[in-house]
Amino acid sequence: MSSQFLQFLISGITVGATYALVGLGFSIVYNSSQVINFAQGEFVMIGGMATVFLMAAGAPMPLAIALAVLLAVVIGFALGKFAIEPARGAPVVSIIIITIGASIFLRGAAMLVWDRNLHHMPAFSGSDPIDIGGAALLPQSVWVVGGMVIIVAALQVFFSHARIGKAMLATAFNPLAAQLVGISTRGMLLLSFALAAGIGAIAGILIAPITLTYAGVGIMLGLKGFSAAIVGGLGNPMGAVAGGLVVGIAEAMTAGYISSAYKDAVAFLIILAVLLIRPSGLFGRRESERV
Amino acid sequence: MRALLAPRTGGLLALAIVIALLPAVLPNNFYFNVAILVGLNAIVCVGLNLLIGYAGQISLGHAGFFGLGAYASALLTGSYGWPSLAALVVGAAAVGALAFLLARPILKLKGHYLAMGTLGMGVIISIVLNQEAGLTGGPDGMPVPAFEVWGWTAYGERTWYWIVGGTLLVTTWLALNLIESPIGRALRAIHGSEIAAEVIGVKTERFKTLVFVISAVLASVGGSMFAHYSGFITPSEAEFFHSIAFVTMVVLGGMASIFGSILGAAILTVLPQFLAVLHDYETLVLGAVMMSVMIFLPKGLLPSLAELLRRRSL
Repeated sequence: MSSQFLQFLISGITVGATYALVGLGFSIVYNSSQVINFAQGEFVMIGGMATVFLMAAGAPMPLAIALAVLLAVVIGFALGKFAIEPARGAPVVSIIIITIGASIFLRGAAMLVWDRNLHHMPAFSGSDPIDIGGAALLPQSVWVVGGMVIIVAALQVFFSHARIGKAMLATAFNPLAAQLVGISTRGMLLLSFALAAGIGAIAGILIAPITLTYAGVGIMLGLKGFSAAIVGGLGNPMGAVAGGLVVGIAEAMTAGYISSAYKDAVAFLIILAVLLIRPSGLFGRRESERV
Repeated sequence: MRALLAPRTGGLLALAIVIALLPAVLPNNFYFNVAILVGLNAIVCVGLNLLIGYAGQISLGHAGFFGLGAYASALLTGSYGWPSLAALVVGAAAVGALAFLLARPILKLKGHYLAMGTLGMGVIISIVLNQEAGLTGGPDGMPVPAFEVWGWTAYGERTWYWIVGGTLLVTTWLALNLIESPIGRALRAIHGSEIAAEVIGVKTERFKTLVFVISAVLASVGGSMFAHYSGFITPSEAEFFHSIAFVTMVVLGGMASIFGSILGAAILTVLPQFLAVLHDYETLVLGAVMMSVMIFLPKGLLPSLAELLRRRSL
C-alpha cells in the first residue's frame, strides 16, 4: 500500500467518523419521530463554537466541552419540545421546513451570540503527527475515530440493555404498540432530539481542531451526515456509521486522486447512485406503501 | 358573479389589476426592484407548487434549474452572441430535457428519499457551476448582457416590471388552466394516493414527469429573466439555500394554492429587504418566521385565511 493511499485513507476515515456521528443523530431522530432533522448540522456547530468561546472565557477544556455538550442537549430538547411536537401530524414538507427554519434560526443566533469568524480549537493532545508507513496521523484523528467508536459502542449497550433505550427501539419499531405497553412516545421523541444533539455536539468538538469552526460549519456537515444516514439506510444507526465512513473515504480518495474541487460533490453522487440502485439504502429495510 | 369569484377568472382578474395598479403606488426604483424580484420568484413558485402542492412531490433542488437557466442565458448571449430570446428558449428546452431525463429515476423515490435525491441533484449543479470557472467565472460570477429582442433593449426597472408582470400573469393563467384540466385532476389523485391513482388508470409516472418538467422549465425561464435583469449572476443562485427559499415560499403561501405561491413569494422577498435594516438579526428572524408559520399555520397563509373568512361568513 503506498503511503499516499494510506494518507488519504486516514483523512477519509477521520472525516467519515464525523459524518457517521452526524448521520447517527439523523437516524436516532428519524426512528422515534419519522422526522428528518435538518438542524442536526447546527448542533455540530454549537458544540465546536461553544467550546471555543467557553475556553476563551477561561474555562478549562474538559469543563468547556462538557458545558458545550450540555448546551446542545438543552437546545435539542427545546427544538423537539417547541418546534416539532406542536407540529406533529403536519405533512412531511412542513416539518422539513420547520427543521430548516430551526437550522437558520440557530445559525443566526450563533452569529449574534458569538460571531461570524473562523475559530481554531487546540488539539486535545498535541499536534505532532505520528508516522505510520510514511503517512502522517494526527493525534486528533485518533480522538475523532476513538470517540466515534466509543459512542457507537455506548449506544449499542444503551439500546440493547438500558430500559429507556429499549423503549426507544420499541417506539421506532411500532409507535402505537409501544404506546399501548405504556411507553411515552412523546418522551421518546424529546429524548431522541436531545440525544442526537449531544452526539452532534461531540462530533463538532472532536473535529474542530482539524477543520476550524465557524457559525456556518454545520451546513455541509449536516448535509453530508444526512447523506451518510441515507446511504446506510434511514433509521439504521449502524448503517449510518458505515455510510459515514463510505462517504468520508470516497471523498478523500476523490480529493486525492481525481479533483479536490469536486470532493463535495462525491457525497451527493453516492447518494444519487445508492438511491437509484437501492432506494432504501445499503442496509435499509424495504418498505412498501400501504393504501 | 360566481364566475368572478372562481380563482380562474376572479383571481386572475385581481392579479391583473394589482399588477396594473402597483406602479402608481411604488415611489421609486428600489421598490420597483423589489416588485420585479417578487414577480420572478413567483413565476418559479407557481411552477414549483404544481409539483409540491398538487402532485405532492417535494423538490429541494429547483434552484439548480433556476441557476442553469440563468447561466444558459448568460453564456449563450454573452460568450456566444446568441439573441436573448433564443438563448432563453434553448436554455429552457435544455433544462426541460435534463429534468425529463432525471424525472424517471428521481421521482421513483418518495418522502425523505425524494427530498434527498432532489437536494443532491441541486447541490451537484451548484458545485459544477462553482468549479467550471473557465466557463462560468466560478464563485466570482459573470456579467450578463441586456435583454434584446429585434433591436429593442429591455432596460431599467420600469420596463422589466412590465415584462415580469406580464410573464407572471401568463404563467398563473396557464397553471390555473392546467389544474382545472384532466391533468390537474390526475395530479391530485397522485397526491392522494399513488397506488390508488394507478389502480384507477392514471399513468402516475407520466404525469409526475410532466409536472416535474413544467416546474423545471418555469424555474429556468425565471432564472434567464433574472440573469438579464440583474446583469450579473453568481453560482449562489443555484445554491441549496435558494432551493429552500423557493420551497418555503410555496409552503408559506399555501400548498395547492397558486395565488398562495405568489403571496408567499411576495412576503419572503419583501421581508428580507426590510429585515436588512436589522442586519445582525436578519438570519435569526427569517428562521423564526419559517418555523412559526409552519407550526401555527401548517396549511400556509392563503388557505388558512380563506378558511377563516369562510367560518366568519357562516
